[in-house]
Amino acid sequence: MTRYESLEASLGHTPLIGLPKLSPKSQAGKPAVRLWAKMEDRNPTGSIKDRTAMAMIDDAEKTGKLKPGATILEPTSGNTGISLAMVAKVRGYKLICVMPENTSIERTQILEMWGAKIIYSPAAGGSNEAVRVAKDLAAENPDWVFLYQYGNPANTLAHYKATGPEVFEDLPTITHFIAGLGTTGTLMGAGKFLREKNPDIAIIAAEPRYGEIVYGLRNLDAGFVPELYDESIITRRFSVGAEDSVRRVRELLEIEGIFAGISTGAILHAALGVAKECIDAGKGADIAFIVCDAGWKYLSTGIYGKDSDPEVLDGQLWA
Amino acid sequence: MSSTTSSTEIEVRIPTILRPYTKGEKLVTAEASDLRGLIAALDAKFTGLGERLLENNELRRFINIYINDEDVRFMGSLAATLKAGDSVTILPAVAGGCK
Repeated sequence: MTRYESLEASLGHTPLIGLPKLSPKSQAGKPAVRLWAKMEDRNPTGSIKDRTAMAMIDDAEKTGKLKPGATILEPTSGNTGISLAMVAKVRGYKLICVMPENTSIERTQILEMWGAKIIYSPAAGGSNEAVRVAKDLAAENPDWVFLYQYGNPANTLAHYKATGPEVFEDLPTITHFIAGLGTTGTLMGAGKFLREKNPDIAIIAAEPRYGEIVYGLRNLDAGFVPELYDESIITRRFSVGAEDSVRRVRELLEIEGIFAGISTGAILHAALGVAKECIDAGKGADIAFIVCDAGWKYLSTGIYGKDSDPEVLDGQLWA
Repeated sequence: MSSTTSSTEIEVRIPTILRPYTKGEKLVTAEASDLRGLIAALDAKFTGLGERLLENNELRRFINIYINDEDVRFMGSLAATLKAGDSVTILPAVAGGCK
C-alpha cells in the first residue's frame, strides 16, 4: 500500500534493493553471493532513526510519561534528534537536543527548522560527552522527559517488531545481516528477530572509527557501552575508519547510483569484506545491510567530490 | 627475540589515553602468537599497561581491541591468534555517532 493517513503513518516498509554490480562475481559453478541494501533513507525524515524516535514517543505516551506540551530531552549526534523534532512538532511537544559541537552544519539547520532547541556538548569525547551532559540535565530538570535512546527498550523493540520482519519478508534466504553500531538498537532488535527465524544467520556490526579527539576520555572509567547492548546477539564486529567508509560510499554512488550517508560506507565496507570471504569459501550468501540515511546532510563535508580527502572528517562525528 | 618459534612481531596502535604508558608513542610493536601473549609482552615493555587492559584476567569492559579491524571479543577474546602482518588497535569504548 502506498497511501497513508499522515506522514508518521508512512514509517517503515522501506525497499530492499539489490546491488547487482557491487555484489562480487562467484566462480563458475559456485552459488551466488548477493548484496541487498535496506533503504532506511526512505523514512519520513530520511533516516532509520524515525523508527526509534516514533517508538520511544509512542511508548512514553502510552505509559503516561509524556503529557501534552511536555519537553523532551535527548542526546543525539543528529538523526535521532531530527526524527524526534519532526514528531514533537506534529504532536505538540518541545524538544531539547544535546549534540556534540563537531557534527555537520546541516544537522543543526534541520533541527532548528523543526523547532528543536540545541545544547552543544564539547567536541572532545564525542557522543560520550553528549550523553553525560544530557544525563546531568535530566537529573537537574525532572519535569523534562528523558527518552534516552541508548537504554530505552522501545528502541530495540521497534527493530524487533518491524525492521527485522521487513528484511525477512523480503529476503527469506538471508544469511547475513549487517548494520551500524551506535545505540545498538537496530542490531539488537532486528538481529534478535532474524536469529529466531534462522539460528545460523550471521549478525554483523560495523562501528565507525573516528579521529582521536572522539576517544579523548579523561579516564578509562568514563567509557561507555549502551545499556541496550547484548553481545550474545552479535556474531562479528568490525571497526571501520573514515577512509574506507568514504571509499565505499563513493563506490555505492558511482557503481549502483545510490547516494548514501557516510556511516553507510562503513557498513558497506564490512558487507563487502564478508561477501569476499563467502566467495573465497565457495559459499552462496544473501547479505542484507542497512542504508542509514542519504548523503544530503553530509554534503558540506565535501567528501563526495572525487578529489576530496577523507582526513577532513578527522575531528568530526561523521556517522 | 621471539620466546616461542610461532611468535611474530605485531604492530599495536595505542589510544591517547594510554600513551602515558608508552612514553607518548602512538604505534608500538611486541612479539606474540596470541592476544594474551601480546598483552603480556606489551606489559613487559611498558609497565602498567597490562593492568589498564585487563581486569580479573579478562578484557576491561571499556576497552575494545581489534585485530585487523575486527573486535577480538568475537574471535576468541584473549585466545585470538596473531600472525605475521596482523595489526592490532586498542580503543576505549565510547558512544560514537549515527544517533
